[in-house]
Amino acid sequence: MISKNKKQILEGSNAIALTIKNIAPAVVSAFPITPQTHIVEDLAKMKADGLASFEYIRAESEFAAASIVLGASATGVRVYSATSSQGLLLMTEVVFNIAGMRLPVVMTVANRSVSAPINIWNDHGDAMAVRDAGWIKFFASNHQESVNQHILAYKIAEKLQLPVMINVDGFILTHSYEPVIIPDDKTIKKYLPVYQPPTGTYLDPKNPVTLGAFFGPNNYLETRQMLHEDLMSSLEIIKEEYKLLNKTLANQGANHQRQKLSRIDNGLIEYYGPQKPKTILIAMGSVIGTILETIKNFKDVGLLKIKVYRPFPAEEIVKIIKPAQNIAVLEKAISLGQSGPLYADLAATVMASKIKKNLNLKNYIVGLGGRDITQKMIKEIIKDAPQKNNYLKFIGKI
Amino acid sequence: MQNNKTLPSKFIFPGHNACAGCGQLVAVQAVMRGLNSDTIISNATGCLEVTSTSYPQSAWGLPWIHSLFENASAVASGISAALKQKKKKTKVVVQGGDGGTYDIGIGLISGMWEREENILYICYDTEAYSNTGIQASGATPYDASTTTTPAGLKSTGSQQVKKDMLAIALAHGLKYAAQSTAGYPDDITNKIKKALAVDGPSYLQILSPCIPGWKMRTDGAVLMGKLAVTTGLYPLLEYTNGQLTSSSITDSFRPQTVNEYLKLQGRFKHLKAKDIKEIQKLANQNIEKYKL
Amino acid sequence: MKKNKKRIELVVKPGTSLKNKTGPWRTEKPLTDLEICIGCSLCAKVCPDSAITMKQNLKKSKLEPHTDYNYCKGCGLCAQVCPVKAIKMKKDY
Repeated sequence: MISKNKKQILEGSNAIALTIKNIAPAVVSAFPITPQTHIVEDLAKMKADGLASFEYIRAESEFAAASIVLGASATGVRVYSATSSQGLLLMTEVVFNIAGMRLPVVMTVANRSVSAPINIWNDHGDAMAVRDAGWIKFFASNHQESVNQHILAYKIAEKLQLPVMINVDGFILTHSYEPVIIPDDKTIKKYLPVYQPPTGTYLDPKNPVTLGAFFGPNNYLETRQMLHEDLMSSLEIIKEEYKLLNKTLANQGANHQRQKLSRIDNGLIEYYGPQKPKTILIAMGSVIGTILETIKNFKDVGLLKIKVYRPFPAEEIVKIIKPAQNIAVLEKAISLGQSGPLYADLAATVMASKIKKNLNLKNYIVGLGGRDITQKMIKEIIKDAPQKNNYLKFIGKI
Repeated sequence: MQNNKTLPSKFIFPGHNACAGCGQLVAVQAVMRGLNSDTIISNATGCLEVTSTSYPQSAWGLPWIHSLFENASAVASGISAALKQKKKKTKVVVQGGDGGTYDIGIGLISGMWEREENILYICYDTEAYSNTGIQASGATPYDASTTTTPAGLKSTGSQQVKKDMLAIALAHGLKYAAQSTAGYPDDITNKIKKALAVDGPSYLQILSPCIPGWKMRTDGAVLMGKLAVTTGLYPLLEYTNGQLTSSSITDSFRPQTVNEYLKLQGRFKHLKAKDIKEIQKLANQNIEKYKL
Repeated sequence: MKKNKKRIELVVKPGTSLKNKTGPWRTEKPLTDLEICIGCSLCAKVCPDSAITMKQNLKKSKLEPHTDYNYCKGCGLCAQVCPVKAIKMKKDY
């Protein structure tokens, strides 16, 4: 029995499924892939027990699953799907298509490493493979954040006509149990209005229109520019909506009172640690918890958590990293042949910013293929951060 | 009800960039005359999509969406699900060429048929990937010359026999699966109306002669569509609940020799007498197989 | 995007292809002899470019084809299918 707006201990996937049930999309498409499968299985059970009334379409591949939500969204209804790793790569064509067609699709990606070699455990290789597609990308670091980000995702997507991907670390967040509050449907309705796209923007025999026309050199560039600029201007809107969501949840008694640990939290980033750190560690996703525990023992080390990866919150990041000397970017992905993608984004941001001094920016590749990230490794990174050498290191020795 | 006074259909406008005499557009006109305004079309990438929606223009008078080459069927499933939630009875129709149907999209079509959604799938069969410059597809007939199966000193064209998409449709238990050609516009329109009346998925395949692909006269689409039928190579067929209920090959069918059809198309001009004999064998097999 | 910057409308309205007059494509023009024409409508049915409209001639109580030369590409299908050879293709350049 799920209590309304009460704290419960739930499996991460179950928490997401219950949140989606309360958001009540019209169409859900499902195709299994470890470690996302529990989400679509839970949704199937909810439908089978009469707890949800969405259309549940069993797709025969992820390509179909993504295409199904594309078609449904183009018909003007709220949709949902979930995938991981190989599934995300298979549906890549559709992922780009959805963003280009400006459809407000919301999808959970349970991050898992990418074949070959085949590996079912967690890293961010899958998310990075579609980094440039034009979707807003959230990274959750715990169950409550994942739940709240799903609600935030629908509001942003439908407000801005931009698809949103919520990244949750496979197994670490999907299969573990944490205390979490699932806001009930009444609470969600106070924040998220009924979805009704404007007339003449979706498939409707009463107002026939053509979607997906054939562009050319004369007009394609401007559509890309428009998408990019809309993504950049969404940063401010995400901040506002994050505030509004937290306020609504607090008013409805659905705000999970975790110990307020961060110094700054604006929905795009969170910063933990001293006001004037010497070293700042930057990371995304569930590894934040381990890093937080580790830096308690260091009085001049701070932690910058990136919650929205695309659009990249460059301005917010620059504000935080300015006072530091050493920046250690920890990431669970690598752009093979260069560096981690987050490191590259940071480097570009620093170059383009007004930061005059030479920040010591270093890249640590961790946790690939589900390799456990220990406090010992974090301490090793903190010790190595001020060294001016080896700007890319793989940290894997347990 | 089709009213000749209101020809042509208001669902497809002039001003599209299809070739002069395009057999696919002849078929599309006939299809549009079988639809009503409470329809949504999901279209695959191909000649039809490219020539009819050159931004910022569209030749479509019905709600129409194009996503990718292989997923028009899955997109249609999504549209169908959304309509169900909205409690609408709007018909969902998929349009694709033989490329999107026989090859790259076949898996997604199979999934759509397995889900038994009320969707009509129309394949405009030009027997090659027309839009990208006439490369062979799973629908390219034996000995046809295409750019990836060119006739040459050591080759007589495609060495593969045309895939039997109709059999694949029937294997999925479709209650209505039919075949027509651009030579018989009224047959197309009637089959569309029958397909739409079916509760569940339906499939209509229409031979659509391609001017640059088949290397033929611009006024030849209807004649070619007729000869394909009268030679037995591409008969008019209708399967209802898995049974052959209508065929152009009846007891009184007197077939024309395949050469009457082949000699008018540049894609077959390399054939020698012995090659034509092989194709005549294929026609004879069809005549046996599809006799009602 | 700046508020006053023009947005690209991705969605296209029906019938906008009418702006594209494909008449100049042709090298031959179909000419219909309405005396011979029996009003069977086959020409209008096969025209790939929706260029032939059948209109009711009340005086003769039969349907008559009207060709819109703004869009006719001169493919010749109408002439080829006409059962009474009422349509002739004439050089148009």
